[in-house]
Amino acid sequence: MKSVLFGTLAVAMAATFALADGHSVVRMGTEGAYPPYNFINDAGDVDGFEREVGDELCVRAELTCEWVKNDWDSIIPNLVSSNYDTIMAGMSITAERDEVIDFTQNYYPPTASAYVGAADGADWENGVVAAQTATIQAGHIAEGGATLVEFATPEETVAAVRNGEADAVFADRDYLAPLVEASGGDLTFIGPDVPLGGGVGMGLRESDTELKEKFDAAITSMKEDGTLNAMLVKWFGEDTAQY
Amino acid sequence: MFSYCSDPDTLATLRWLSCYLTTGVHFSFYYSFLKVIGILAVTAPVALAFGFGGAMAARSAIAPLSWFGKGYIAIVRGVPDIAFFLFFVIALDQGFEWLRHQALCPDWSDAIRQGNDFLVCPQAKLPLGTAPQAVHQAYAFGLAVITFALVFGAFAANVIFGAMRAVPRAQLETGEAYGMSPRQIFWRILVPQMWVFAVPGLSNLWQVLIKATPLLFLLGIEDVVYWARELGGTKTARFTAYPHGDWRMWYFLALLVFYLFMTWGSEKLLGRLMMRLTRGQATSGGEAQRKGAAA
Repeated sequence: MKSVLFGTLAVAMAATFALADGHSVVRMGTEGAYPPYNFINDAGDVDGFEREVGDELCVRAELTCEWVKNDWDSIIPNLVSSNYDTIMAGMSITAERDEVIDFTQNYYPPTASAYVGAADGADWENGVVAAQTATIQAGHIAEGGATLVEFATPEETVAAVRNGEADAVFADRDYLAPLVEASGGDLTFIGPDVPLGGGVGMGLRESDTELKEKFDAAITSMKEDGTLNAMLVKWFGEDTAQY
Repeated sequence: MFSYCSDPDTLATLRWLSCYLTTGVHFSFYYSFLKVIGILAVTAPVALAFGFGGAMAARSAIAPLSWFGKGYIAIVRGVPDIAFFLFFVIALDQGFEWLRHQALCPDWSDAIRQGNDFLVCPQAKLPLGTAPQAVHQAYAFGLAVITFALVFGAFAANVIFGAMRAVPRAQLETGEAYGMSPRQIFWRILVPQMWVFAVPGLSNLWQVLIKATPLLFLLGIEDVVYWARELGGTKTARFTAYPHGDWRMWYFLALLVFYLFMTWGSEKLLGRLMMRLTRGQATSGGEAQRKGAAA
């Protein structure tokens, strides 16, 4: 125990002296399992809409950024305990989350959530509906008439529909669209689109007001000169909502 | 990786597979196996040391030390592992940072706790915000080892505590008759003989430890199960050159083979260790060995 502890401390101390006067790095937390927002590409790096937006924001705010992956379940606890400085993980701005962390203005307009089932007639109103744990979609289903089954990852929610465990999956339309397209008719959109949340924003610690202002300014400038719209079209297609 | 991999759509199955299995992500997957084995190799001895210390404390004649040992065993065994990994690790991390904060930033005037946020001065961050990702990973690795050792140490302490009581009293009395001090009796008679009773229980713990490694992802360490889930998940053609359906079954099958191999290997090693430990012992196993050698 002692040697391990001191070993760890020694590493940390050594790092202290080596990097004490280095420039600050902003650590960007993401899930890496929610294409097109964020995913791991073939080379093993974080990729997607949020990676591109995030990198551009860091350039504009003149910050050095580094991407970090974290489980969705513990993504907020690790932010508030300062293991990274921001969350860019397709996280919708909601009142509940806003009590714990702060959000920048949204960099993705309020999202439409949609139901996907294996057949046209699937019962999304009163049947069994799958959603990812601790998402606005899970909250929405829990309040409605359908039975909610929760899964830790988005992948599992869709798998539940494919194997018949759930009648439908309820998630961001943009996450589901490529899957429906690639399924060759096995999966189809059912029911109406439901607008939920206040758009996707970057999550920050409530005490981190300075960083929040920098990113807010950078997002504003990206909205104004149209770069954000170009990225939205690139990742979500021509029909997506723009600023 | 290979030169023909530039356009995977056109390749035949075998060549496609050879390209697919050598992408950057797959190397992260293979590397995670080493990471898991590494963490097991470091954790097992540390946990055993914790267990030995806990058992010694629990059977101590000094009451507070004995309470401490017994309390450690009872409390840690009672708390679910996942609670330990979600909350204890964050608390441990914050504890280190708090200590460093007190030492390095005596002039800091802001509160450390601001609502939900935990904020220490930048110099006290562990690892520093400026540290490369590798240092963050090493730190997470260290935290994982400490937490695993603490949890499994409590179980090991209980096993060793029981094993120490299983050594026949007559053996210890013989030592007393020869005029040995309690310390000599403990180290020369009790400890060498108790292993034979402890190893079966410890081998169970080892097997459980092998399979507990997926908890590591809660600490941000990307272990084999995380990668299997990530790589096996459905990939659509828009986001990868290697689209495929839900292949998690195949990846988990590979994990199954890995875990079975680990179990089989450790069973073999522990069987040998047990043979060595039973030699000359006053147990049925030791008796059978003695008769076998005589025959």
